[in-house]
Amino acid sequence: MNDSTFLEQLRDFLAKPEHQSPHNKFLGLEIVYLEQGRAVLRVPYSARLAGDTTSGVLHGGVITTVLDSACGVSVIAALGKRMGIATLDLRIDYLKPARPGEAVTAAAHCYKVTRNICFVRALAYHADREDPIANCAASFMITAAEALGPSLAEDQP
Amino acid sequence: MSMVEIIRAARESRDYQRLAETMPYMQTLGIMVEEEGDGVILRLAASETHVGNPWRAALHGGFIGALLETAAIVQLILEQDGDTLPKPINITVDYLRSGRVTETWAEARVTKLGRRVANVYASCWQDNRERPIATLSGHFLMT
Repeated sequence: MNDSTFLEQLRDFLAKPEHQSPHNKFLGLEIVYLEQGRAVLRVPYSARLAGDTTSGVLHGGVITTVLDSACGVSVIAALGKRMGIATLDLRIDYLKPARPGEAVTAAAHCYKVTRNICFVRALAYHADREDPIANCAASFMITAAEALGPSLAEDQP
Repeated sequence: MSMVEIIRAARESRDYQRLAETMPYMQTLGIMVEEEGDGVILRLAASETHVGNPWRAALHGGFIGALLETAAIVQLILEQDGDTLPKPINITVDYLRSGRVTETWAEARVTKLGRRVANVYASCWQDNRERPIATLSGHFLMT
């Protein structure tokens, strides 16, 4: 399977409601872009996800979740075949508070894949990547070949 | 009641669940604050909405990070002299075991409370406190 075939299958696979992460669905997260080793995810603003009632600013945990998800998807998109992955560690710098009322986008790049470990960088921002809300570095462990779940395409064994 | 007043009232009455009322995220995600000994502990009831992916019943890694961060913030609110909401500067989360869909706990310890910056350690576990599923260390801005 070449890379573009894999990415097409991965896009179709992740677009199906039954293949979406229950927690991401709960937060309203969506995948907006997927390429070889790169993923962009977005979470809409919701007052019910605010960290405090006074400012209405999204809880830091929402930023953490969208960054972790974007990193994970970028790793799957970098591997080129279906494999299970688990987050080993996640480091986030919060550069400035998110603005209430605005969606948050997370763009992740899996820049290095080794036999066991994948390394990722990611940024969270509103509209301008040059003015980020948070910067993230993460590493993932490759667990099992079957852990990604059902076949990406119906015709695969 | 303002955030500051609620924080004060929660500290005085030891009715820590009131803190969660000031944080919509905690209520939405079902994160409870409970008294334990001299301090507090966070409790999360099992829920399918916390699952990371549909074919493996494990908690979402990002959400585990969020739970640890919340534990750190709650602990800082209770220990600080001021009444502002601590803001995360940076956090590092280490994932040690996958989290199952079951009751989950988190607690935090303030390693250093400075005038402007605090350093906090937090840990999250399920049935065995000695076997955490994830730990966090982080810096928080206190001004």
